[in-house]
Amino acid sequence: MTVIIDYDAGNLRSVQRACAEVGLAASITNDAHTVAHADRIIFPGVGAAGSAMKSLKAAGLDVALKHAIGAGTPVLGICLGLQISLDHSEEGDTVTLGLIEGRVVRFRLDDPTLKIPHMGWNEVRVLKPHPLLRKVVPGDEFYFVHGYYPNPRQRSDVYAETDYERAFASALGRDNYFATQFHPEKSGRVGLELLGCFATWDGSPC
Amino acid sequence: MFCYLGRIAVLSKRLIACLDVRDGKLAKSVRFVDTRDIGDPVQKAREYYEDGLDELVFYDITASSDRRRIMLDVVEAVAAQVFIPLSVGGGVRSIADATDLRLAGAEKINVNSAAVERPALIAECAEAIGNQNIVLSMDIRAVAASAACPSGYEVVIHGGRKPMGIDALAWALEGERLGAGELVINSIDADGTRAGYALELTRMLSEAVRIPVIASGGAGKPEHLFDALTKGKADAVLVASMVHYGDYRVSQLKTYLHDRGVKMRMSW
Repeated sequence: MTVIIDYDAGNLRSVQRACAEVGLAASITNDAHTVAHADRIIFPGVGAAGSAMKSLKAAGLDVALKHAIGAGTPVLGICLGLQISLDHSEEGDTVTLGLIEGRVVRFRLDDPTLKIPHMGWNEVRVLKPHPLLRKVVPGDEFYFVHGYYPNPRQRSDVYAETDYERAFASALGRDNYFATQFHPEKSGRVGLELLGCFATWDGSPC
Repeated sequence: MFCYLGRIAVLSKRLIACLDVRDGKLAKSVRFVDTRDIGDPVQKAREYYEDGLDELVFYDITASSDRRRIMLDVVEAVAAQVFIPLSVGGGVRSIADATDLRLAGAEKINVNSAAVERPALIAECAEAIGNQNIVLSMDIRAVAASAACPSGYEVVIHGGRKPMGIDALAWALEGERLGAGELVINSIDADGTRAGYALELTRMLSEAVRIPVIASGGAGKPEHLFDALTKGKADAVLVASMVHYGDYRVSQLKTYLHDRGVKMRMSW
């Protein structure tokens, strides 16, 4: 069973609908036991890191998610789901899950005409191949909405970059965990294709 | 290719289609009156989505003046078929209205008349669903500049029927301060005329705020879109009649803008 983790971090039905469109039946759950034993996990989220971590911990979902990742379950993080997989977020000075070493920091842009949050369509440049990015070609754009960005410590964890004044990591992953800063569920065909790849991903990064 | 908008690493400009819905059917107004039904909104939405549309706006044009709740079922049906940001407005008066629409599948919520009558609505919704998801939609008409309206543009509500004597520039700045994440600049004078967007108005407001600005009302030819994104400095252009009646296709408009050097999302 594929589950979408529900931790009061925004509207999850858009993710569920997009999964349905690519033939992936996913149920929304906040039950730690269900998450720990799922075949496939989507870890979405919008909103603030601090309250998200609080909700996750209160439901025991942090432990369940780590258990599942340790057991090799394919996991896809989206947006805030990506951000709280690092060690720390500047947003509310929050200690996060620490699945991947690094920090999440606020955009500090020199160009006063560039807006924060970074909201809209932007190109995702694949740096190294990954099964979930196999249909992404140069020029493909995805939909972003975020005011903070991930800054993973190890370059080897970064699979794709996007420019917003400077380049930032827009997709990262390690082993059976993969995450995007953009929203595949709102990114039209290219986003659905990524979800379609996730639907059959065995959790191996290559 | 020569890039008209100069800077690298800018976001793509967005082409947005506006679907005015009345009683669950797609309608298009000319200067906000004489609404005609022109089809099934769900079918149109899917067609535009498949043709490369960047964002959809649904507006319940009867909701505000008739105090009716939005057609949540239409939003739900569209959200199940269209996987780009979906923005919905018309008669949003409370956090509960905004939340219901979000659950039905709307990404962004447009507020208009109710925010003019009670500006705190913007702040409340921004707090509840995030600044980036609150769009302040403004219906504006040109007036003689006066002490009350020094910019020469006035805010009008209730589908264009009720002038408020509020200065459009002042209201745009206030909306931004209260937490709106985007502005829709809808010129009532230009709406439905197909004679082009109100460029001077759009540019004035684009230069005044730091949030993205969407030009609305008056598009009839592809050049109008180009002008709004360049001379008008808008971040996005909203079209309705141009695509609803089949005069232009979404992909055709995007290709035109791209060919003239505007950064657009070109793979879909």
